[in-house]
Amino acid sequence: MGLADIHDPPLVEIEEGTKILPPNLILTTVNKVVNWSRLSSLWPMTFGLACCAIEMMTAGSSHYDLDRLGIIFRASPRQSDCLIVAGTITKKIAPVVRRVYDQMPEPRYVIAMGSCACTGGIFNTYSTVQGADLFLPVDVYIPGCPPRPEAFIEGLVKLQEKIRREQYRWSYWR
Amino acid sequence: MEPLEIAEKIKEKFPDEVVEVTSFRDQVSVIVKKHKIIKICRYLHDDANLYFDYLADLCGADHLNKKEPRFEVVYHLYSMRHRHRIRLKAQVPEDDPRIDTVTSIWAGANWHERECHDLFGIVFRGHPDLRRVLLPEDWEGYPLRKDYPVKGPEKEWSGFQEVLDKAKQFKEFGWKG
Repeated sequence: MGLADIHDPPLVEIEEGTKILPPNLILTTVNKVVNWSRLSSLWPMTFGLACCAIEMMTAGSSHYDLDRLGIIFRASPRQSDCLIVAGTITKKIAPVVRRVYDQMPEPRYVIAMGSCACTGGIFNTYSTVQGADLFLPVDVYIPGCPPRPEAFIEGLVKLQEKIRREQYRWSYWR
Repeated sequence: MEPLEIAEKIKEKFPDEVVEVTSFRDQVSVIVKKHKIIKICRYLHDDANLYFDYLADLCGADHLNKKEPRFEVVYHLYSMRHRHRIRLKAQVPEDDPRIDTVTSIWAGANWHERECHDLFGIVFRGHPDLRRVLLPEDWEGYPLRKDYPVKGPEKEWSGFQEVLDKAKQFKEFGWKG
């Protein structure tokens, strides 16, 4: 490498906002790195409430393989960053759902899976919460009764895209 | 034994208690008064030819504006030895919704009776632990009664109202993107 090359390094732009200096230097923004690392290791909380949980488990099986997206189910709210509300929320379980969400550290995301979690579904009754968004900030809604694993994975990919677009969520913001 | 024969036997043994015997698609129901329900069940359980050792289900029914008395407690009985079935319906009036428990005969009736108490408000006298089993303990009303509004009463259950208030309160701390 000659002197001229150091002052005018051969930066290669591999995508918008990300440049590499061969062999092993990468220049990019903190936003991009943080968002990329978050969306690449999304650990959902295992929280099944009804029949949708069966589809959620199926999506995690080797046939559909969530691990390839970096999604690994985590059995503790303290170590997970995505709450998948899979199934009917009854009023009796709602305080528990809220508590699980409150125990999760920031950044945290919520996916409402299935018609019941989105709107209450067919259960417009005294005992059923008419949608998880009444008491949780839902990021992605996945309709279906229950949604197929493909739809569920699509929802997770949508959440990843949403995380990719975030700005300054790593900074001090509250 | 054929179900109608069983019904006849009950009628013979308790002539004053049996109100009616109905049959629909070979399923026989014996409608009885509630006062001697323990004696009737004990007889059905202990008699060697009947031997109803299994309480398949116990549930309630509400016949508001259709029948008098209003409530029924329904016992579905099965005999594993003789492989026959019978259905008992005990009439329970609205102004005195009480009936004796059958937990001393079939211990499995415990939670069934709790459920019936939970959703219909029928009180089972002598029950060892008569609390609500499905709904929260501070729930008001009995949802499977016909005069209970399907979407619930106007006033939200206090436990869920707390969650709603908390969610509202915590909203300002959330990420606003």
